[in-house]
Amino acid sequence: MTVNLVGRDIISIPELSREEILAVLKNARSLKKEPQPKLLENHVMGSCFFEPSTRTRLSFETAMQRLGGRVVGFADPSVTSTKKGETLYDSIRIIGQYVDAIVMRHPLEGSARRASEATDKPILNGGDGANQHPTQTLLDLFTINECQKKLDGLDIALVGDLKYGRTTHSLAQALTHFGARLHFVAPQSLQMPEYICDELKAKKIKFSLHEKIEDVVNKVDILYMTRIQGERFADQIEYQKIKHVFVLTAKMLEKARPNLKVLHPLPRVGEITTDVDTTKYAYYFEQAENGLYVRQALLAMVLGKLK
Amino acid sequence: MQNKPKQLLVSAIKNGTVIDHVQAGTATKLLHVLNLGSHKKIVTLGLNLPSKNMVLKDLIKIEDKELSKDEANRIAIFSPQASINIISNYEVVKKFDVILPETVQSLIVCPNPKCITNNENMESDFKVQHVNKQIKLQCKYCEKIFLQTDINDYRA
Repeated sequence: MTVNLVGRDIISIPELSREEILAVLKNARSLKKEPQPKLLENHVMGSCFFEPSTRTRLSFETAMQRLGGRVVGFADPSVTSTKKGETLYDSIRIIGQYVDAIVMRHPLEGSARRASEATDKPILNGGDGANQHPTQTLLDLFTINECQKKLDGLDIALVGDLKYGRTTHSLAQALTHFGARLHFVAPQSLQMPEYICDELKAKKIKFSLHEKIEDVVNKVDILYMTRIQGERFADQIEYQKIKHVFVLTAKMLEKARPNLKVLHPLPRVGEITTDVDTTKYAYYFEQAENGLYVRQALLAMVLGKLK
Repeated sequence: MQNKPKQLLVSAIKNGTVIDHVQAGTATKLLHVLNLGSHKKIVTLGLNLPSKNMVLKDLIKIEDKELSKDEANRIAIFSPQASINIISNYEVVKKFDVILPETVQSLIVCPNPKCITNNENMESDFKVQHVNKQIKLQCKYCEKIFLQTDINDYRA
């Protein structure tokens, strides 16, 4: 099957097939090995951040510039017509007339889909509220493939706030293409939502639920850590009781598989202690770097410069 | 006094539509969805009527209005077993079941307050799935999945 993402919007992970995901990862790999500083010359990317972001915005903008393209946009909606009450639809319709592709982040869920109805130019979703953040998932998959030399049939643990974390939802959905064995580690009240579990069952993906990192740490190839936010708990005493349970320390990794790698979408706020950074298992900083190559690959593909 | 003759619980209509086998408790929602509040002719409503198959059912009779198949299918997400009877001169001249549509546009208000559809002047759009006798509705925009019973608000 040939993959063609020209003109496509990248809004939601379930819309991407296994072949399309693999094509993005292949292009990202070759761009990491061999930069192409002229590939997107004469192209302009609109960088529309209706909500603050550092990593996603800077890596998208750097990705475009490292391919020879240019960037216009804003990092703060208070400087735009949104402040005057302009609808998202109108804003995007107009910006679409100026640029070749639009990267956007917006606090409302479904905003990227709405934006795609306002313009023919490809929309790349850099996060729409708690809904989707597909480029994060693609860079996670790229990183898993890079550090494990394969994507199929891995043991993967997702740890932290699995109920509200869009990153872990999308990653679990994407991993259904690759026959992963999933381990969900979370406090009971923040476990993976039922609709994701139903989806996994329907696709015959094996998964199990756990309440302690120690239960899975020696059995997995990837330990994907995420942050638990205190404000998710109605009962702060409950939060104080469980928050130390979801902290990974170097000592806990003593009997881990030799190929284990620890990932984290960052920023981390204490859930991985800094003594893990110097172990052979830490791979979260490399993961953040990979965002650059994956976003380069996506921009080049939707703009028709790579297949 | 003589024995009472067999009597209809809701009076018959001459011309129009009878929506029968409506899931008990949903008829008032259907009035709103079909915008029957602004129908200038007689609309009669039966709530919690005895039913052989459903134990209790609701029923709506609409004078001088022939419900189209499209209109009928809009009520399927609330009451998938409803049946439509078109009446002419007191006789049933057409009878059909409602069919669950694949998508429902502009009817449902997304229960997610952070959904873009609740923050811009635009239509909603839901994908309809019938799984294990439950109707699940997925918002095209925020992608959240709701049960029919989670939906509290509708645009007629």
